[in-house]
Order: sequence, then C-alpha cells, then structure tokens
Amino acid sequence: MGVRIDVSHLTMTYGALVAVDDVSFAVEPGEFFGLLGPNGAGKTTALEAIEGLRRPAGGTVRLDGHDPWRRDPSLQRRIGVQLQASSFFERLTTREQLRTFGALYGVPPARADRLLGTVGLEDKADERTEKLSGGQRQRLSIACALVHDPEVVFLDEPTAALDPQARRNLWDLLRGLTADGRTVVLTTHYMDEAEALCDRVAIVDEGRLLTLDTPAGLVRGLDAPVRITLAPGALAMDQVPGIGGVASAEEDDGGLVLTTREPAAVLGRLAARGALTGLSVRGATLEDVFLHLTGREYRS
Amino acid sequence: MTALRALTAAMAKAFVRDRMTIFWSVVFPLMFLALFGGLFSDRSSPRLDVVAVGSVAVLDQLPADARAQLDQSISVTTSDDLGGSLARVRSGAVAAVVTQDGGTVDVHYSRADQVRAAQLLATFSGLVDATNLAASGAPPAVSLHTAQVEDTSLRTIQFVTPGLLGWAVAMSATFGSAVNLVAWRTNGLLRRMRLAPVSTSSVVLARVGVSLAVAFGQVVIFLAVAVAFFGLKLTGWWPMVFPLTLVGTLAFLSIGLLAGSVAKTEEAAVGLANVIVLPMAFLSGSFFSLAGAPGWLQAVSRVLPLRYLNEAMLDTMVRGKGPSSVLVPVLVLLAFTAVLTAASARLFRWEP
Repeated sequence: MGVRIDVSHLTMTYGALVAVDDVSFAVEPGEFFGLLGPNGAGKTTALEAIEGLRRPAGGTVRLDGHDPWRRDPSLQRRIGVQLQASSFFERLTTREQLRTFGALYGVPPARADRLLGTVGLEDKADERTEKLSGGQRQRLSIACALVHDPEVVFLDEPTAALDPQARRNLWDLLRGLTADGRTVVLTTHYMDEAEALCDRVAIVDEGRLLTLDTPAGLVRGLDAPVRITLAPGALAMDQVPGIGGVASAEEDDGGLVLTTREPAAVLGRLAARGALTGLSVRGATLEDVFLHLTGREYRS
Repeated sequence: MTALRALTAAMAKAFVRDRMTIFWSVVFPLMFLALFGGLFSDRSSPRLDVVAVGSVAVLDQLPADARAQLDQSISVTTSDDLGGSLARVRSGAVAAVVTQDGGTVDVHYSRADQVRAAQLLATFSGLVDATNLAASGAPPAVSLHTAQVEDTSLRTIQFVTPGLLGWAVAMSATFGSAVNLVAWRTNGLLRRMRLAPVSTSSVVLARVGVSLAVAFGQVVIFLAVAVAFFGLKLTGWWPMVFPLTLVGTLAFLSIGLLAGSVAKTEEAAVGLANVIVLPMAFLSGSFFSLAGAPGWLQAVSRVLPLRYLNEAMLDTMVRGKGPSSVLVPVLVLLAFTAVLTAASARLFRWEP
C-alpha cells in the first residue's frame, strides 16, 4: 500500500507562460503531502502533471517508477483522483454515482455502497447529486476518488468554497485517509488546512517551489518572535520599557501588540501588572513563513 | 464490460430522467405528425365561400344533382348588400361575390390567394360552359373524368411519416451526442474518465447504444401512432426502417460529435445542432416534398445525409421497394459517418 512519487525538474508551460518552473520533490508512501500556495501559483497544474492529465514541458514525474502520462490501466487502478470541479454524471443519485465510478474500476456495487457510510452520505443515497449541498458534493467527489481503494489519492482544493464548519467536518474525513498506508497529495490555498492535515508542505508561488518541510519545521526555521496582543487600555505605551524582554511594541485598533523572544518571562511580568484580561498570544504561522519567503502578505 | 454497462446505464438514466429531452425527441415530432397528418390529411381542396347577390340564374336554376356536385367545391350564401359583400372579398372573409345580369355572370374575386382564385375561376367557367351546353340541347362531345392518385394510394400521412421520422431520428441523435460531449467536457467528467482504466471505445459504444435504443423507441412509437390514429398503411418492407434507423443514427451521432467538439458550452452545442439539423430537414423533404423544388435545390439536397435517410424510408415503408433500394443510401450514410467521425477525432478536446 502507498505509492512513492518522484517529481524531478518539472516544468509546465501555457504558451509563453511558465506555470510550473523547475519543481522537484518526492513524496514517501503513506505520507500526507500538501502543495500550498495562493490561487494561480501553479499547484493545480503541477498536480495535473503528477496525475497524468497533462504532459510535462520539461522534467519527469514518476509514480512508483511509472510515467503517469502513459495511460496504463494497472497504474490507473492504484490512483484515485478528485478533480477541482465536482465532476458527476447528470441526473444520477448519490448511490448511482458511486456505483458508476466503482464500475469503471470493476468494483462491485456492494463495495461502492460502503463508501456512502465512510463519507456520511447514507441519508442522501437516493438524492440526485444536483440537489446536494456544496459540502455534500465534495464528500461525494472524495468518495468517488476512493471507491476502488486506491494506493494514492490526489485531492485538488477539496475544501474550496465550503463554509468553515463544512471544512472542519471534511478535515476529519481527510485525516483518516493515510490510516492504512495510503499516500495523499492535496493542494490548498488555506494555510490552516495545510498546517492541520499535512505531514509535509511544499509552499509554491509563481510556479516555483519556495520551501518544503513539516509545518512545524517551517515555522521553527523562521525563528520568528511571539506576538502578544493586549486589550486596549490594559497597559500604556510608556509602561512597556519597564517590562523588559520586549523586542517591539506597536499600538493599533485592537490594542497594544508586543513581540518577544522570551514569551514566558514577559507573560509573567504582565501577569504581575494585572494586564492578562483579554490578552492573546500567537506564535508564527505558515502565513509568516510565506511573508518571510516572498516579502508579500499571504492572500489566498 | 462492467464499465461499458455502467456507462450505458448512466447515459440511459440521464435521458429517461430529463423531461425536456423526452419532449423534444418524442413528443415534439409527434406533434408535427398530428399537425401534418391530422390537419392536412385528405383535405381535398377546401370549399370556397361565395356570396350570391340578387338572383343568379346559373346557380338558382341548376338541377339538384348538379347543384349537389357544385356544393362540394363552393358554399353559396345569399345577400342583398353588394358593397358590404365586396368588402368581405377584399378582406379575405369570402372568396367571391357573384351577380348575374341577364346573360352576363359577374364574379368579383381577389388575387391574394392565387390557388383559390384559380379554383374559383375554373369552377365558374365550367358552370357557365355547362349552362351554355345545356341551353344548346346538344350532347357533349367530350367528357372529362378526373381522379386524384393520392386519394387511393398515397395520402398525406403516407408522405409525411417517413420524412418526419427521419427528422426525429436525426434530431435526437445529433443533440444526444453533442450535448453529452460538451456537458462531460465542461463538468470535467471527460478528464476524470481519462484517468480511469476505461477505454475510449467503451464511452463511444455506450453513447451509440443509448442513442440507438432511443431511436428505435422513436420509430416504434411514431409508427404505432401514425398507423393507429392517422391511418398510415405500411408496405411489407417496412421493417427496413430498423437498419435504416441504425445507419441514420450513426450518421447523425457523428454530426453531433463534430458539433460537440467545436462548441464550448452546452447552449452553443444546442444552437449549433439546431442550425445544422433544422435547415437540413427542410432541404431534405422532411416537412414537404421536394418534387416541385427547383433544380439547384435538388442538387443541394443531394449532399445532405437526411435526404438519403428520408428517401430510403419513403421507398421501403410506403412505396414498397425492396432492400436493394436502400443499398446506396446506406453506403452514403456510412461514408458520411466515417468522414465526420474522423474530422471529430482531430478536433476532439478532453479539456474544457
């Protein structure tokens, strides 16, 4: 179980536009791997080359040593794909969609029906797909990608356009995908999603791979100070020098923002002054990593 | 095999569950059949309304049996109002006003409807001639007996059924493949299918199978309605309609495939299919016979596949010609299919 993915010097072009520029990385079997970047960064194009939908302009892609561009049924049976748009047959019910996609891979109907439970759509089994909500359609498209129990699953923006509640519900489902050794590759433009789900994250911008590490490793490597936000009026600006250990202080609408590399000591002294009410502490996130790497604010 | 079966089932359900498609491919052509077959059937020339103003001796003094015969072609009412009656002729409410002054019969008519006018003049000149002949007391030297051939063998319904059926089959095959192809391309199902271990031939065979089932369903319903309600009489060679429908469906699937390869949206595909099929139906004699059409139009119709389908259906179903008569049309339709499919394969795109 699990497929190894090797991407080496992958380059993709649309006419003069270079959508993916000399990208190399490897994904280990059983790994949950994320391609993170703003819209238009080239994530989807790279993913489509890995799936075998597009032919690389340069470089190579190998899935367990096979070239996915050559349509090889034995390899295709090991791959599950969820495409960006929800691609379904017209006027079929949820159950019929799953059975039809299953039949394309030679999966018996009973096994396809079991996926309904996995994605929590049993009560929508006889509903036409057109009537499902956005979140339900995403669940169904993921179920269709999993129906033949593939060894590697490609998910292209699975939570795009979902409300926060539906996204978090889907995360629970996605987390379970690598349980039996399956490889998962996901693209997303949500930083929190990559942090919550991925073993390793490749940050992509303007077609280039900027960095690649575990989410924690990326943040740690940034060596960024901790930001402490105080409620307005909790502490006056002229009291800041007396606290000690504060690298910078800045007043904005939300209150006083301190940055520090010694959060424990600073918080102790703030407690002594009774300034903890309404206080929030935030370490660096992948957004800070992106800002540090590109010099631009991350805007998905 | 399971993939082919599943795709066929999916396409069949998509068709059966779409009320609009059912309407356009089954109900709509039947409405045309009712229109052509029902309203125009056996309508020998319509009776003309004629107003007699004052006393009109040629009408009034006609023997009873001659008057009964005349009443089959004109319906006479009387009036004293000449001006008002003439106004009714001008407005088209009645065909003519007749007056008689001694030995002169005046017929006031309008040239607006030339067929009506000619019929009217023929009727009255015949009437006047007959009256003169009767007055001379001599026996007629020559007598005319007419018989309309359509009335005994080829009635309206016999002519319109094959053409309308050809049009119905052409329409649903073209729309079926064009809309299916564009819908699957734009919603990404084509790309999704490309990544599954499914051969292109499974997809194509499923489409052909479903379209053929739909076409045979159309044939059975159409002929059943025409025979049961409109008095269609089929010749012994009528089952030739099935092989003809098969090759006709293939030809129009290939047209739809080409339209679907070119069109970017479903709306464009529907429009393009309409632009192709509707004028072709007119030019191929689906709605009216091309027998009286000018030569250049006949020549144009000779390059249209529907012309061959319509004519072969008419020949076998109605005129009783045997299988050898369909050989050329079948070969033409198959050649057409091959050329258009090859062209579509070159234009085919997986990506939206």
